Amino acid sequence: MVTLNHYLALSVILFAIGSTGVFLRRNMITVLLSIEIMLNAANLTLVAFGRHFGSVDGQIIVFFVVTVAAAEAAVGLAIVIALFRLRESLDPDVFTSLRW
Amino acid sequence: MLLLASAAMVYAERKVAALIQQRHGPNRVGPLGLLQPFADVIKLMFKEELRPGGADTVLFLLAPVISAAAAFAAFAVVPFGAETTFFGLLEAPLKLQVADVNVAVLVVFAITSMSVYGIVLAGWSSNSKYSLLGGLRSASQMISYELPYGLALASVLVLANSLSLTRIVDAQAGYWFGFIPKWFVFLQPVGFLIFMTAGVAETNRAPFDFPEAEQELVAGYHTEYSSMAFAMFFLAEYINMVTVSAVATNLFLGGWHGPFLPASLGWVWFLLKTSALLFFYIWMRWTLPRYRYDQLMQFGWKILLPLAVLNLLVTAAGVLFLGL
Amino acid sequence: MAFDLPLFYLFAAVATATSVLVIAQRSPIYSVMLLIGSFVALAGLYVLLDAPFVAVIQIIIYAGAILVLFLFVVMLLSAPTEVRGKRPRLAAGPRRMGAALGAVFGVELIWAIWRVASLREPVGAAGVPPAEAIEPVRAIGQVLFTDYAFAFEVTSVLILVAMVGAVVLAKRHV
Repeated sequence: MVTLNHYLALSVILFAIGSTGVFLRRNMITVLLSIEIMLNAANLTLVAFGRHFGSVDGQIIVFFVVTVAAAEAAVGLAIVIALFRLRESLDPDVFTSLRW
Repeated sequence: MLLLASAAMVYAERKVAALIQQRHGPNRVGPLGLLQPFADVIKLMFKEELRPGGADTVLFLLAPVISAAAAFAAFAVVPFGAETTFFGLLEAPLKLQVADVNVAVLVVFAITSMSVYGIVLAGWSSNSKYSLLGGLRSASQMISYELPYGLALASVLVLANSLSLTRIVDAQAGYWFGFIPKWFVFLQPVGFLIFMTAGVAETNRAPFDFPEAEQELVAGYHTEYSSMAFAMFFLAEYINMVTVSAVATNLFLGGWHGPFLPASLGWVWFLLKTSALLFFYIWMRWTLPRYRYDQLMQFGWKILLPLAVLNLLVTAAGVLFLGL
Repeated sequence: MAFDLPLFYLFAAVATATSVLVIAQRSPIYSVMLLIGSFVALAGLYVLLDAPFVAVIQIIIYAGAILVLFLFVVMLLSAPTEVRGKRPRLAAGPRRMGAALGAVFGVELIWAIWRVASLREPVGAAGVPPAEAIEPVRAIGQVLFTDYAFAFEVTSVLILVAMVGAVVLAKRHV
């Protein structure tokens, strides 16, 4: 019998994996990918709770989260491209000064 | 069944192309050249499996698999006939569909959007500039034309009130005035044209086949492929064509409804209509010149997309005010 | 359904394994492909949760559009600098410490949520899927365009802003 706990535990595991990726990776694109993993974990929680309470609101919020994630990924990648053109590197540690 | 369909397509394409170009086409292998596709497959299987040196092995082999898998999977939710008992041989009626999902239309859309990956990976992992260029161009083209494709689909959904392909087809049963069938193509001629145009662009067929342009890019994203991997791309392209035609038949041309035949033989009509659309595909390839890449993208974004949005708005307004 | 539990474990295992591999891979292209696998597994989980619409949206938008964008950017940015030798990475010490802290974080969150969620009944206690599972899109549409209509319209403005922003940021200044 699959309970709510199962889904929540899975989403927590995915969230932890995503956040570990954000902290540990030295490649900006992989960092953005880890953020997507975290957003997906949140989506799973929303849908699981929506199903649990029998309401369709969970799915609707997920709809909006996916849209916002798409917008954020687009802008984030545009920033990565702009930064890459400047310093030819994808390592976040290279961009340490606020002005150049 | 899909494999046979693709074999038939290979044969049909060469014969029709030949007839359009005023020559005979395949007529040596078997009667009327009907065994030609089998000869082609056997030839392809015996060719040497080449792989360029700098190519990334995993991705190189994964790309055709993704293409072929997506192509086959998309057909799983397309119904090709009413519930039938095959002339009374079966006890219970059998649904002529692999999976009757009630969001079937979106599933088809989702799986065809996955086939972009096969092409992009093929272009990238071949480690050759022709392939990479062809792959990226083809991927941009496919993504751009998904939008009018989806919007034309949405217009049909407004009319049919359901996402399940079976129910959309059932909404097209019956006749107006006794002889005009209630197909959506008569309510939505522009939508049908948009859908077919976007479908042709999605499957990378002429006149939108710039990424595979034989004269310009060698063979685009599948330049470095040979033997079975090439066969899989080839197969995937034909199956995609069949899927687009089948979905268009279900959405616009009334699926398996037609005069003179009982409902249980509806799949005959389905085959006829799909074959007509496929013939149209082949005809276009050998008749129209190819669009240049920037013209192609301009057409997709500046002409087709606004037209599709307008179509959706007009359809929605029509349904609201005329109560269709 | 008879095979609810094994299917859940299958999808959960695939999602977790691919996610771990995403953050552990060297090459960003492999990471993107593995993330696609993770998203497909999550779509399967959404179907198990009686949310087929969300599952299909996940595949169309996340796996079919956002990740294609990622793939394009990766190809654009790593083609000239084909890094075969030295790659910027953390030293071994901080990496192991970071992985350990990540695991601790995970365990802590699971414990916290388990305690709270145990107070409620399990999913599908009635054994009957909710009414909207029969016509999921209709149910979603009805709520989306009435209660959430404002958010819907604002989202369209958001997407427009993001598009303009992305084009402006990534333009080559000639």
